[in-house]
Amino acid sequence: MSTEEIRAALAEIVNEVAGVDADDVQLDKSFVEDLDVDSLSMVEVVVEAEEKFGVTIPDDQVKNLKTVGDAVSYIESARAAA
Amino acid sequence: MTARTRVVVTGLGTTNPLAGDAATTWEKMLAGESGVRPIEDPRFADLAVRIAGVAAVEPTDVLDRVRARRLDRSSQFALIAATEAWHDAGLDVAQAAGELDGDRVGVAMASGIGGVQTLLSNYDAMLEKGPRRVSPLAVPMLMANAPAATISLEIGARAAVNTPVSACASGNEAIALAADQIRLGRADVVLAGGTEAAIHPLPVAAFANMMALSKNEGDPTTISRPWDTARDGFVLGEGAGALVLESLEHAQARGARIYAEVLGAGITADSHDIAQPDPQGRGGTRAIQRALADGDIDPADVAHVNAHATSTPQGDVAEALMLHATLGGHASDVVVSGTKSMTGHLLGGAGALEAVATVLALHHRLAPPTINLDNLDPQVELDIATKPRDLPLGDIVALNNSFGFGGANVAVAFGSVG
Repeated sequence: MSTEEIRAALAEIVNEVAGVDADDVQLDKSFVEDLDVDSLSMVEVVVEAEEKFGVTIPDDQVKNLKTVGDAVSYIESARAAA
Repeated sequence: MTARTRVVVTGLGTTNPLAGDAATTWEKMLAGESGVRPIEDPRFADLAVRIAGVAAVEPTDVLDRVRARRLDRSSQFALIAATEAWHDAGLDVAQAAGELDGDRVGVAMASGIGGVQTLLSNYDAMLEKGPRRVSPLAVPMLMANAPAATISLEIGARAAVNTPVSACASGNEAIALAADQIRLGRADVVLAGGTEAAIHPLPVAAFANMMALSKNEGDPTTISRPWDTARDGFVLGEGAGALVLESLEHAQARGARIYAEVLGAGITADSHDIAQPDPQGRGGTRAIQRALADGDIDPADVAHVNAHATSTPQGDVAEALMLHATLGGHASDVVVSGTKSMTGHLLGGAGALEAVATVLALHHRLAPPTINLDNLDPQVELDIATKPRDLPLGDIVALNNSFGFGGANVAVAFGSVG
């Protein structure tokens, strides 16, 4: 999957969970400040992403995923390591 | 001593097996329609009971998608009914104009069972996919006070936000407690009611196994038949009812339309059996007596009763005994309605939906019918309306009765206005 494909798939999840317009889910956007995704919704996004991308995102890593780009990078490296 | 604070009803809302709003519900009640239908869900295929009063309007068709997925179905119903009542009372307008103090607004939204569908669907997910798949929203969705809290967030209510839990009496108890909050000076406005969403195979199997539900396989619309000799158990329903209760002073100051007055309430317990009603209805009798005494009501002024009347063999007879014990010779003059014949039994939502019907009956001076009453049980000596029946002019009183497992009994007396 390309970076853009991961971003687009993640955007679909964010839309499903939090109702954010998928087009707004861009790499430079902050989940909390720009997209208004609260902490519980973020957990839902993470769990959906784990299933979608076949990766594990430990709870203690979630706080480091501040932007969509952080999440996409994490997913890319986790997939590469798998 | 100063005069007691008077409490009035200024807004109504409901979503239930008949309709998704109060006005349409009332029309369908007057037309004697039934909201009971077959359950299409294939998970019910092996159950002894496959009918229910399924909500006429799917709540997810009304609510925003993301909002809805964060709420248990019981909270969805509660939010829809409460929002309707809030708008009906004109409080959205008052709030927008900065004329409402949220610190003086409370909520009393009852639930019988809580978010049981959320609990069970998360358990299914855990068994199937592991604990990681349990939703982080499961607790705020399934907790019993989720419907009340959801409403508090929606309307900015910051006085007491309560969740009375007394099984099938819960919704009526919420109204009694809401009136108390206002009388005690703790709130000017309380959004009161009850909700339930328990049409899931597990609670249906549980109610069926305790022989509470009818297992009759005839026409679903005829199975809920209070006081009829062929009644053999209740039919489960789902939905919510909501009423805006307000101090008379507050309502008058803002020029609100007043549907009815809450004159008095009585809450008692049987201390007899965890599930069976006292066969003599003594606890319910005391609840009605207390409601009458609380409202300083002459039994002769009671013109209408919206009975609990669930269509169970024992409960319906016990309630008739209560009315004779409390209203004496006047009991046979009172127009009695059993609206569960049309809606099924909404458990924690029942008392609230029936309170909406009771208030509308006073407002329109018209008692709704009891359908499916073909052969009146000879043990029941009551004047039961089988068609819409005019209620007298002048100051009249209507009672709303609710009784629940655990021996809970609640009676609320409403008075006509104008």
